[in-house]
Amino acid sequence: MSLSPDAVLAGLKEIVEEVAGIPAASIELGKNFTDDLDVDSLSMVEVVVAAEERFGVKIPDDKVTELATVGDAVNFIVNAAK
Amino acid sequence: MNKRRVVVTGLGATTPLGGDVESTWAALIAGKSGVRTLQGEWVSTIPVSIGAPIAVEPIEVMDRVETRRLDRSEQFALIASREAWQDAGKPEIDKERLGVVIASGIGGVITLLDAYDVLKTKGARLISPHTVPMLMPNGPAANVGLELGAKAGVHTPVSACASGAEAIGYALEMIRNNRADVVLAGGVEAAIHALPMAGFASMKALSTRNDEPEKASRPYDVNRDGFVLGEGGGILVLEEYEHAIARGAKIYAEIAGQGLTSDGYHIAAPDPEGSGVKRAIEIALADAGLTTKDIVHLNAHATSTPAGDVAEASALVGAFGDEISHVTVSATKSMTGHLLGGAGAIEAIFVVLALHHRLAPPTINVDELDPAVKLDVVMNVARPLPAGPIAALNDSFGFGGHNVVLAVKSYEGK
Repeated sequence: MSLSPDAVLAGLKEIVEEVAGIPAASIELGKNFTDDLDVDSLSMVEVVVAAEERFGVKIPDDKVTELATVGDAVNFIVNAAK
Repeated sequence: MNKRRVVVTGLGATTPLGGDVESTWAALIAGKSGVRTLQGEWVSTIPVSIGAPIAVEPIEVMDRVETRRLDRSEQFALIASREAWQDAGKPEIDKERLGVVIASGIGGVITLLDAYDVLKTKGARLISPHTVPMLMPNGPAANVGLELGAKAGVHTPVSACASGAEAIGYALEMIRNNRADVVLAGGVEAAIHALPMAGFASMKALSTRNDEPEKASRPYDVNRDGFVLGEGGGILVLEEYEHAIARGAKIYAEIAGQGLTSDGYHIAAPDPEGSGVKRAIEIALADAGLTTKDIVHLNAHATSTPAGDVAEASALVGAFGDEISHVTVSATKSMTGHLLGGAGAIEAIFVVLALHHRLAPPTINVDELDPAVKLDVVMNVARPLPAGPIAALNDSFGFGGHNVVLAVKSYEGK
């Protein structure tokens, strides 16, 4: 199943808003999860698990640390779903 | 050296009677019951279908994201602490002189049980990373400590249903021993769930008066048949007297002493001789520099169990002798139900307010006083307390044989 980057971004916005209370409008590709969006390490685990469920992909723990920005996460999920 | 005196300068609560102290106290004085028929699919799986849930759900007063990271007991602690801290005037103080002591009897038991359901049905991957910070019993204290930046120490005494009172005693000692100038102290509990209720029901500790929820909690009545499980909590801001005076704080009352003993008798049953309770009262009075002559009011532990209420009443008569005649006794669990680790804390608040407003809360549902209870019970209607310097006690006991008695003095402007 392939996913469009726009669809993944829209899904991630919903997840981050649900988990961390960040308004979806402020979640953009260039935003850093930790520095810009204030998503702490525990909440990042929640975001990852929710994204796996929603998009039907696996995000290994050693890859999570590489997902610094929202764009990094969108790219990873789009590629993993191909 | 004279002991550092400790006064109460702020109060906060969320209880089955109200979402704050003012509404709780008004309902308490009016003799309203917080007991109702419980809702939820699980209720039909256990023999008891009544309880005393809090009056105002946390989601009504808290941010949604905040609630999902906090166990219900932690939510109660933050709600009550925010009210108490506001009531105390949000004092600007050195954070290394600010402490937090918040107890819980069972901790984040609802989080634990819900997470176990997720583990069994969906697997480990879906266990929330917030699970451990939510289920740990020190979570309520830790979250309040974090919010206020408290650095003098954050503690969680656990002694079942005496926990909330023990927390206040611990805070009293923190200030007396000069470890802190201000301590938020109290207790919370959120255990209205099938498993804890099934456990208490199995002990035959809970009332099964399912058809008459508001009549079920009836301490001292001949037809009492067990306690009603409640939830919620209370927080008091305790402050060193000179510190409170220096900043012009409003002072409700003085926490003057505490008595702690253990029965060494049975894991759940009260010692029928009540010697542990009697000693705790004697120790609390001595610690406070009071005698039985000074005590005009007592908030009893009285949970509405057949054995417990009489054992406590006998111990009180043993401790006070003839002086028991001028002690008006209130059993407020008749209205709030039993908040386990939160009980001692909300009842300490009730004692503080009784002295402050000179009004002893009623004990509702006493249709026929048990003849074995030889106490002046404030039956069904609140009763005025005398003017001038007065003092009161708060009894709290817990499974395990824990006895905690707090002695509180009215504040007379000095």
